Amino acid sequence: MSTQPAIGQSISRLEGFEKVTGSAKYAGEYNVPDLLYGYVVNSTITKGEILNFNADAALALPGVIKVFYYGNRPSLAWFNMQYADMDAPPGTPFRPLQDAEIKYNGQPIALVVAESFELAKYAATLVKVDYKEETFTTDLIANQASARSPKVGLATALKPPPPKPVGDFEAAYDTAFAKASGKFIHGTEHHNPLELFATTTIYEGKGKVTIYDKTQGTVNCQLYVGNVFGLHFKDVRVISPYVGGAFGSGLRPQYQLFLSVMAALELKRAVRVTLDRTQMFSFGHRPPTTQFTRFAAAADGSLRAINHTAIAETSRFEDYTEVVVNWAHMLYPAKNTLMEYKLVPLDVFSPLDMRAPGGSTGLHAVESTMDALSYQLGIDPLEFRLINYAEKDESTGRPYSSKELRKCYEEGAARFGWSERLPQPRSMKRGNKLVGYGMATGIWEAMQLPARAKALINAEGKLEVSSAVTDIGTGTLTVMTQIAADTLGLAMDDVTFSYGDSKMAFAPIQGGSFTVATVGSAIKAAGLALAKKLFRKAKQMQNSPLGKAKFEDVEFRDGLIALKAQPKAVIALKDIVSANKGRAIQSTNFNLPKVMKLKNYSRAAHSAAFVEVEVDEELGVINVTRAVTAVAAGKIINPKTARSQILGGMVWSISKALREETITDHNFGKYMNQNLGEYHIPVHADIHELDVIFVEEKDDIVNELGSKGIGEIGLAAMPAAIANAIFHATGKRINRFPIHLDDLM
Amino acid sequence: MMDQQLISTSFTINRKEYKVSVAPWSSLLDVMRETLDLTGTKKGCDHGQCGACTVLINGKRVLSCLTLAVMKEGAEITTIEGIAEDGKLHPLQQAFIDHDAFQCGYCTPGQICSAIGMLQEGKAQSRAEVKELMSGNLCRCGANTNIIDAIMEIKEGAAHA
Ligand code: FES
Ligand code: FES
Repeated sequence: MSTQPAIGQSISRLEGFEKVTGSAKYAGEYNVPDLLYGYVVNSTITKGEILNFNADAALALPGVIKVFYYGNRPSLAWFNMQYADMDAPPGTPFRPLQDAEIKYNGQPIALVVAESFELAKYAATLVKVDYKEETFTTDLIANQASARSPKVGLATALKPPPPKPVGDFEAAYDTAFAKASGKFIHGTEHHNPLELFATTTIYEGKGKVTIYDKTQGTVNCQLYVGNVFGLHFKDVRVISPYVGGAFGSGLRPQYQLFLSVMAALELKRAVRVTLDRTQMFSFGHRPPTTQFTRFAAAADGSLRAINHTAIAETSRFEDYTEVVVNWAHMLYPAKNTLMEYKLVPLDVFSPLDMRAPGGSTGLHAVESTMDALSYQLGIDPLEFRLINYAEKDESTGRPYSSKELRKCYEEGAARFGWSERLPQPRSMKRGNKLVGYGMATGIWEAMQLPARAKALINAEGKLEVSSAVTDIGTGTLTVMTQIAADTLGLAMDDVTFSYGDSKMAFAPIQGGSFTVATVGSAIKAAGLALAKKLFRKAKQMQNSPLGKAKFEDVEFRDGLIALKAQPKAVIALKDIVSANKGRAIQSTNFNLPKVMKLKNYSRAAHSAAFVEVEVDEELGVINVTRAVTAVAAGKIINPKTARSQILGGMVWSISKALREETITDHNFGKYMNQNLGEYHIPVHADIHELDVIFVEEKDDIVNELGSKGIGEIGLAAMPAAIANAIFHATGKRINRFPIHLDDLM
Repeated sequence: MMDQQLISTSFTINRKEYKVSVAPWSSLLDVMRETLDLTGTKKGCDHGQCGACTVLINGKRVLSCLTLAVMKEGAEITTIEGIAEDGKLHPLQQAFIDHDAFQCGYCTPGQICSAIGMLQEGKAQSRAEVKELMSGNLCRCGANTNIIDAIMEIKEGAAHA
């Protein structure tokens, strides 16, 4: 009996044992001999200059080795470009300890290195800094008038600008039958993975370093370190075996990496730098964004005009952008559209992609405006979406490689019981609580980047596959092992997948929901190339039963190559390796997206979210009592871990709509709630019934696996669905996130 | 200077005796992670706000980041590394794997230790009460429902036993 395909099976995470027993080691947990500890000092002003820097008191403590600051740092690469990483937006990357200039509040200005963690931490409090302060601006809302178009650069390739206007929006809007408009305000958010950022750098001598780093891109960090410190790439090894969450925060090399490597090279010793929770608010965030929408429809419910404008914050030194306003026309047809996206540079650190960047922001505005318009028209919100269902991507005119959004609506609505909904706001009650039903649509682009993978058959006939990719908790290890197993028809137990090490086959940063498509497809390509190689070698073996067979005539199963027509004519993979004098047989392959084919299609995952809220009118307390998210994302490689990805996105949706927000005091240009006590995320008691549906979706175009990413799609639709449910419950349309109980009082 | 302030303290962790010389202000969490190489217990905040550092001390769940090591003279401490016995997983650990009750795994040691302590306290009767009493343990990955499912499986299993 041959092995069942592993793809499509619900398989428990392969690293489960390590994670439940505490043996999984994260970047800051490598207690290597002779380790030194670095603690970062951050600026307490927002803009200006360091006038005096005095570390005498810190250095006087026995055990304090050195205090690095701009005045004594080693000389480094001086081209700005050398600080650019794979995810750098257009502009000038931030260079830690570059000079006396302060660009933002919380900027790292010194690293105290000591023999123990506690000592470094204590000594950091003794560093005295005098500043010359300058006036600064951090308030987006107060500075929207100065918004300008973003600069374009290389990294913009994955983030297309707004589509060109179509038709005559103003005329169409003015004369339309029904209209809805909104102003949507989103504040700053911080990723706050539970693991603190940390880097342990081991100095190996002769300009060589081994680095354990919390990152979403081992190769990205390797290149950055090589460029900045003038080291040969081959002398820089970045390892990231377990990552305690990242959500985008690890897409760019963070300053603890720079500081740890700098200190290790200078002191020629191992140095670990771990940030504290406050410092987790000092290197990138989801930018505050203000959006304006105006949608109009004819009496039959067909959309006529869409206008979506976004104004977002960026730093003074980089033009970070998101795709905020491109979604409405991908989802809905309209003959008149006007989309704009602008930036306001402020005295803050550059924003950074955070789970469903742009999409979770923009779709809130789109889907809540759609909801408002459905009430204007007196059409059920779900029916209204169906009336405006786009069979193709209206913004480009291209067909979708696949789009089973209709099934998401149908199956999601059925599971949720949408038909029970009474149309009027405030019409549903449970005891003394108002009940509201809301729904929304989600979309996220299905991307694929180039990557390499290595596949090898060892002397036992087992398959070893490797890639430099990380596993940030998304299930990459398990899913890649499944994909690899199927390439040679092996059982999961006969396959190992190694990852998280820059010396392995190249992988780009892990984000944007493109890892399965990117690395999975590379593994599939490497597996196929290896299969062909094994087949050629098998045919050359003495008395080979494969004779004159062609590759199409054989199948790989149970560690064997077998003739399809003669199932008994087999050669074991391990025998092929033996015949190869025991030397492993391997193939490393570079896999590119099939650009020529893909360019004729739009490619996206879709979702529909249905939410029930209960609102206590006297207290304003909002509870998401149950929610269903139905997802169309092509082939689901592992339904168990995929479901968890969507559940995570749903919890993030509740967080975004009702909980999390970094609050800035613009008088000081400083974040005020830089800790997990005051930066609220949902706790167990806030989370109730969550249900996930994956609808059947076949896609032969999107990539070799027919699989779209699912890291973001769970957060695309549901925040708007929550806001819409709150409107249905209370009759109040609150467009500012997070929605607080005082908004409803 | 720092050396003179070290205090000798002994306790057992996971049935093994440790004698350490620590500064009076060192947290149990830092001593375990930095000195004893017991890195299974996690630090997510160092302020008692996330629960990642939860351990069992004399059977009760305690935040080790808010506990000074010198206060625990003679205490019996159990960390995540001591929950499985002889390589055999505790039923709750297995339930976490079965229910996919983690993603990145960073909150997991704290969730498991906290849940074991919570079940021993015996106060939670319902799922709602379990959620309430587990709410000191944050999970940023959003594995909440799976975590509670795993705990409920063990709780109900124990109730039937
Ligand atoms: S590290 Fe102790 S509660 Fe967060
Ligand atoms: S599994 Fe990542 S924080 Fe809970």
